[in-house]
Amino acid sequence: MTDIASSTVRISARPETAKRDIGIKRRYAAERRFRFYGMAAISTGLFFLALLLWTVISNGYTAFQQTTITLPIEFTEKVVDPKGERATDGKVLLTANYPLLVRDALVKQLGLDASKRPQVKQATDMISASSRTLLRDLVVADPSIIGKTVPVTLLAEANIDSAFKGQIDLKVDESKRKVKDQQVTWMNQLAEAGVLKKSFNTGIFTFGASSRPEAAGVGVAALGSFYMMLIVLVLSLPIGVAASIYLEEFAPKNRLTDLIEVNINNLAAVPSIVYGLLGLAVFINFAGMPRSAAVVGGFVLTLMTLPTIIIATRAALKAVPPSIRAAALGLGASKMQTIFHHVLPLAMPGILTGTIIGLAHALGETAPLLLIGMVAFVVDYPGSPMEPSTALPVQIYMWANEAERAFVERTSGAIIILLIFLVVMNLGAILLRRRFERRW
Amino acid sequence: MSTSLLLLFIVVIGFIAYFAGRARSLALSGGKLSNLHSLPGYHGSYVAIWAMLPAALVLGAWLITAPVYIDGSTRATLPDTVQSQGPAAVQLALGQVKSVAGGLLRLSGEELAALESGAANLRATLASKGVALAGEGEPYMIAAAKHFNAMTATNLWLKSAVVLLIAIVGGIYAIRNVAARFRARNQVERVILGSLIVASSIAILTTVGIVASMLSEAGRFFTMVSPFEFFFGTVWDPRFAAAGSGGASGQFGLIPLLAGTLYIAFVAMLFAVPIGLFAAIYMAEYASPRLRSTAKPLLEVLAGIPTIVYGFFALVTVGPFLRDISAQLNGLVTGDYQNFIQAQSVLTAGIVMGIMLIPFVSSLSDDIITQVPRALRDGSLGLGATRSETVKKVILPAALPGIVGALLLTASRAVGETMIVVLAAGVAARMQINPFEPMTTVTVKIVNQLTGDLEFTSPQTLVAFALGITLFVITLGLNIYALYIVRKYREQYE
Repeated sequence: MTDIASSTVRISARPETAKRDIGIKRRYAAERRFRFYGMAAISTGLFFLALLLWTVISNGYTAFQQTTITLPIEFTEKVVDPKGERATDGKVLLTANYPLLVRDALVKQLGLDASKRPQVKQATDMISASSRTLLRDLVVADPSIIGKTVPVTLLAEANIDSAFKGQIDLKVDESKRKVKDQQVTWMNQLAEAGVLKKSFNTGIFTFGASSRPEAAGVGVAALGSFYMMLIVLVLSLPIGVAASIYLEEFAPKNRLTDLIEVNINNLAAVPSIVYGLLGLAVFINFAGMPRSAAVVGGFVLTLMTLPTIIIATRAALKAVPPSIRAAALGLGASKMQTIFHHVLPLAMPGILTGTIIGLAHALGETAPLLLIGMVAFVVDYPGSPMEPSTALPVQIYMWANEAERAFVERTSGAIIILLIFLVVMNLGAILLRRRFERRW
Repeated sequence: MSTSLLLLFIVVIGFIAYFAGRARSLALSGGKLSNLHSLPGYHGSYVAIWAMLPAALVLGAWLITAPVYIDGSTRATLPDTVQSQGPAAVQLALGQVKSVAGGLLRLSGEELAALESGAANLRATLASKGVALAGEGEPYMIAAAKHFNAMTATNLWLKSAVVLLIAIVGGIYAIRNVAARFRARNQVERVILGSLIVASSIAILTTVGIVASMLSEAGRFFTMVSPFEFFFGTVWDPRFAAAGSGGASGQFGLIPLLAGTLYIAFVAMLFAVPIGLFAAIYMAEYASPRLRSTAKPLLEVLAGIPTIVYGFFALVTVGPFLRDISAQLNGLVTGDYQNFIQAQSVLTAGIVMGIMLIPFVSSLSDDIITQVPRALRDGSLGLGATRSETVKKVILPAALPGIVGALLLTASRAVGETMIVVLAAGVAARMQINPFEPMTTVTVKIVNQLTGDLEFTSPQTLVAFALGITLFVITLGLNIYALYIVRKYREQYE
């Protein structure tokens, strides 16, 4: 009302421009502001997406490279098997003092005086402690190596790795960083000799959990995730499709089916951690299944994925036009035959798209797995889904809690691997939809 | 015969039954398929179902009941001295008997005789075979273990015989039923329909499982800690009491956790709602189809990123950034370079969770805004309103109930979110209103209480289920109300 009142006042003051002045300038300014807010909102969202991806990639791409040191290791019998008992006692080869071999080779390479203990210690600290198992496995696999000198590629210790990648600020006072000046000198000396170099890090794909960043990888966790995805796929696809067929095609419209429907919609929105509690109470405490096993994780994720698949499948079934059903029924097919022979194949692309999206969601889920004990320090590949295992996102969670710089790099590297899996799955879903989806 | 081998046998019998049924119906048709009521495949399936389904059901029931029966029977053979010590002692003895039983199977005849005459020590003998016994063995255990072994052996062959017999009898019965006018298809379809119903009831079972498991465990918790203390307590301090000290088991006050949860969710919504809503309005009303078809999927990528990645983002980027910038600001204003925002804080968790929620708000609101009928828009524009006026005065009021529903759904997600708050919000349970300080949430405490070794009898573990049911009720309430609003709103324009 006040607008009208004020404009009448103006009309009386300047009658010749009265029709024009309806606050158009102000209103257009408001319009522009409004548009700007919208643009700003979208840009903010996209900015955060870019920032998130940039954080992960800039921190993580170096994880796919690893500094290695190739040394000619002399497998002297004196060290590996001093008493010559390896033919009778198998334990000799397992417990031999392999770090000594590394030390000798490094001292020789750098031309150090072996009697200066602190200096030698500093030098051997440059090489990962995982070299013990590496050499042991070499010797156990082929005992004839003893007595020969073989070039072996060893992992550099995590701090040397970071320093060589230029991630450690060498201007900081020596006492405040983990890499000493002497070690840097040796590092450069080795690099010039071509002994120390960066190479593609296959370890991050194959290793298991380790407290040493350079020997830690996601291989074991990825296998656990693979087991779980297999279980989720095998269980949730048939159950989900069967449930949707019943609800969409057969169920009478009554209070019970109404209840089931509301129920499924709600289950899709239940926090994932609640499914973890369910798994803990029902599968582990009540049914006595093993803790930390991929099979329990698979069951929990199945229950979590089911609502997603059911909702997608019902939409796909709904999209099949009634004429198809009418034609099949008209030719004498039973209702069951109509659905299984005609409707279901036509709805399949939509169902599979929904399933892949559900699986991708399950692959990135962490919280319920924490509760059923999959936060385990698993070093060896699980042989079956019943054995203790861990999962890719849980491995990321465990590494994120580690303080070392090298673990930040590994965590980002693992996130990149996880995101690549998700991108591939989602692209697959999109392609499937583009390729097979029919509009009626 | 092991269970998996038995299952394999049942499947093989099923296969044979299928082909037998098919062959018989073909033979009965006399070379003309139209003589049959159902296709031969249905006759085959009918016979196979009769061969496999009852046998599999009996096998399942057997596997569940037999161990209970054997345990009960073995328990009855234990001497009265053990029986009188109460159920816990009996259970302990039973466990020992079972490990003795496992060990007896590895002994030779002479060793067994030596054991029975008392000449050899039970524990030592078993240890030499690689079976560790928890306590010193008692003589009665050998008899009970022998009884257990005999029962197990009988059970094994009886199970195999009964199950295979049922499979074969079922197959033969069904084959005798096969006739030219026999309605095999209808029978098979009835079984298929039954399995569809079973599959759709799993959704109900999941809900029942969630509610029942939470209620029973939370019920056990409330026998130790009174519900009043839990729901209205203001101190969260679940000390792990020393064994046997009983009473002093810590305080389990829900209020600080709930306050943290709601505070962080509120900050997240404060961040996500304006951005998401404006993005949705722009995409629905202004954006060219090209911009829309690139920006919308890109924003939705944010929803597909696992929450653990957001947690990591908060941990290494947002938290340190806020901490450093607050130190700089403080330095500029007061000269004292002391950060006033903690790296782990309500603000950090809220902002990062807000980023995660943007696509939820924008997608849901976008759907609702585009559902507002064209006529309303055209009417408003035709009367001379600008686009923004149309949005503000016509579209938003019309879409308001739907948007409120969408925001409630988003809020329920914020309340139930776990990984971001685990990494970004901190673990200190306290009540305060400074968003720059860490607070903790219900979900963080569920994770904290349940990681590591747990025993299902201590209140420290069981409290997680009480927290879980609280969380479930809150999110369920929000969801039901939101879905109700969205549904009601959708009907309006149809």
